[in-house]
Amino acid sequence: MISPGGAFLASAVRTATPLALAALGELVVERSGVINISLEGVVLFGAFGALAGATHGGVVGGFAAGVFCGILTAAVFAVFAVGLRSDQIITGTAVTLLAFGATGTLYRAFYGAHGAALSIPTIGPVAIPLLSRVPVVGPGAFDQPIVTYVVYLLIPFLWWWMFRRAAGLSLRAVGESPAAARAAGVGVGRYRSLAILFGGAAGGLAGATLVLAQAGTFAEGMSAGRGFVAIAIVVLGRWHPIGIAVASLVFGAASALQFLVQSLGLGIPYQLALALPYVLTLAGLAGVAGRVGAPASLARIDDLDR
Amino acid sequence: MSSAATRARWVAVGLVVAIVAATALTLALLGFDVAHAGRALVNGSFGSWYAFGSGTLVRATPLILTGLAVSLAFQSGVFNIGAEGQFLTGAAAASAIALSGSRSPAWLLVVGVLIGGSIAGAAWAWIAAELRARFHVLEVISTIMLNFVAAYLVSYLVRGPLQEPARIYPQTETFVTIARLPRFGPTTRLHIGFAIACAACVVCWWALRYTAAGFRARVAGANPDAARSAGLIDVRRVTSRAFVVSGALAGLAGAVEVSGVTYALYENISPGFGYTAIAVALLARLNALAVLGTGILFGALEAGATAMQRDAGVPSVVVSVVEASVILTMVAAGRVQIGRWVGKGRA
Repeated sequence: MISPGGAFLASAVRTATPLALAALGELVVERSGVINISLEGVVLFGAFGALAGATHGGVVGGFAAGVFCGILTAAVFAVFAVGLRSDQIITGTAVTLLAFGATGTLYRAFYGAHGAALSIPTIGPVAIPLLSRVPVVGPGAFDQPIVTYVVYLLIPFLWWWMFRRAAGLSLRAVGESPAAARAAGVGVGRYRSLAILFGGAAGGLAGATLVLAQAGTFAEGMSAGRGFVAIAIVVLGRWHPIGIAVASLVFGAASALQFLVQSLGLGIPYQLALALPYVLTLAGLAGVAGRVGAPASLARIDDLDR
Repeated sequence: MSSAATRARWVAVGLVVAIVAATALTLALLGFDVAHAGRALVNGSFGSWYAFGSGTLVRATPLILTGLAVSLAFQSGVFNIGAEGQFLTGAAAASAIALSGSRSPAWLLVVGVLIGGSIAGAAWAWIAAELRARFHVLEVISTIMLNFVAAYLVSYLVRGPLQEPARIYPQTETFVTIARLPRFGPTTRLHIGFAIACAACVVCWWALRYTAAGFRARVAGANPDAARSAGLIDVRRVTSRAFVVSGALAGLAGAVEVSGVTYALYENISPGFGYTAIAVALLARLNALAVLGTGILFGALEAGATAMQRDAGVPSVVVSVVEASVILTMVAAGRVQIGRWVGKGRA
């Protein structure tokens, strides 16, 4: 027995899960002073990796391959943006383009251009005892695929790690003032590289979630802007894990709204409903007033360590 | 031209050749017939006058205009990743005008189509420019969001108000003849949009180099702090203007594409022109005149790739890999100097 409210919440949480995963990874990256626009490519390559992994090694192989491909894609970005100090925005855009071209080519090479949509094993929802019985919230939030629970755990963990651990403090110092961090003996390049790789793992997991927990198949360009939206969610969430959780859920709810709009038959064209989350994101960004809470050295390359 | 700059240019050319070779090798390893694909690529781009004029140059036209849009924005310190969305809104507005004015004088309709497309592209960029200037919203994020909104907008238009009368296909009616750009001859598909793109390059190059407005834009991009403390340049206004002009160029590209090539609006009308444009602009090192050359180069690559997919079965999307590699090569080689924009370039 799922109430309409519970179904709506379940839909919102389902959409929010990959977004929150990617955004939490990007949070760590941006807290280190790097903006990784190639998150879109990371999610896409993670999705493709999940497909390739799942056809050979089942669901577990799929998730592992997705995470691995995400890390690999992020590593390309790290080599250029941290290693060679190239412009982060342009590098990120290029890596996304690279992922788009490479996944498209590989997909057609291995699975054929017009082959029937592949069907691969997916993971179903797992109801948590007791919690899933709570009215409305229970079935919506606690009867979800296991990756959703990973997000639930990741949020407090990241908060604890970033704000209560020495390593987290170092990470934030690198993002706020690389020069000061370096003077205190913190390896700026090392922190940034590791942060980018962590962001790659989270983004890859987000891509794998799209394939293995939602679509059950892969399509070219199936990330469909989720990586970009996740970057906006980091801004909307004011670079804080809790804020990001809320922003992801709001975006998920805005997306779930479109099904509601369609089912109610209000005569609103569905394309405009599909555009709604993006418009809301823009409005939200304007409301948050841009860089409030942004790490001070974000995307600046002139003060990287030499 | 100094010898260092000349050498840098040859290094860039060499790297691009190496990238193409590496991609060919990878394709061979994946089991494609690379020799056949290579022949198809060359035949489809430079193989004949017809292929060059009707394939390469036709494909190059929107790339030159959007590449010019990106290069102008980047030079002014604006990260306009939204040429794609501005192209789409330009194409949509141009189509609306082309479909509405079948009884107007011929020249007036075509001019209206082009101006309408430019204004729509400028307006789309203006949203992001205002968000940046007033609310400090990163234009990278806002323009990407606007790209998605524009794509859904086109999707809505071709299934709603602008759909062809039979209401079967998600596209508009074919434009009347007077709404189409004239072609250079009866046997070619090359239309005067190419000449417009060439003229736009020359005008932009001249304006950036020899006018006060162009100087202000370049200074605001190169060093916003210096521009601001010099006191004579309102960085916020200058960058917003450059942003809007950039959008107008991308919108013009959309108008030229629908009135010169497709004669109709449909979903996926842009195969990612706005993203390829970034590679076009960077390979040209943001020089407006060089955009002409790099635009034709990428036009040849894409026209050839279409032939390659048709004749040899090699997915044309592989071109994205080449484009991405070109961008990475250019940024890694440090040949592109762009305003250090985040945190500094905003008022």
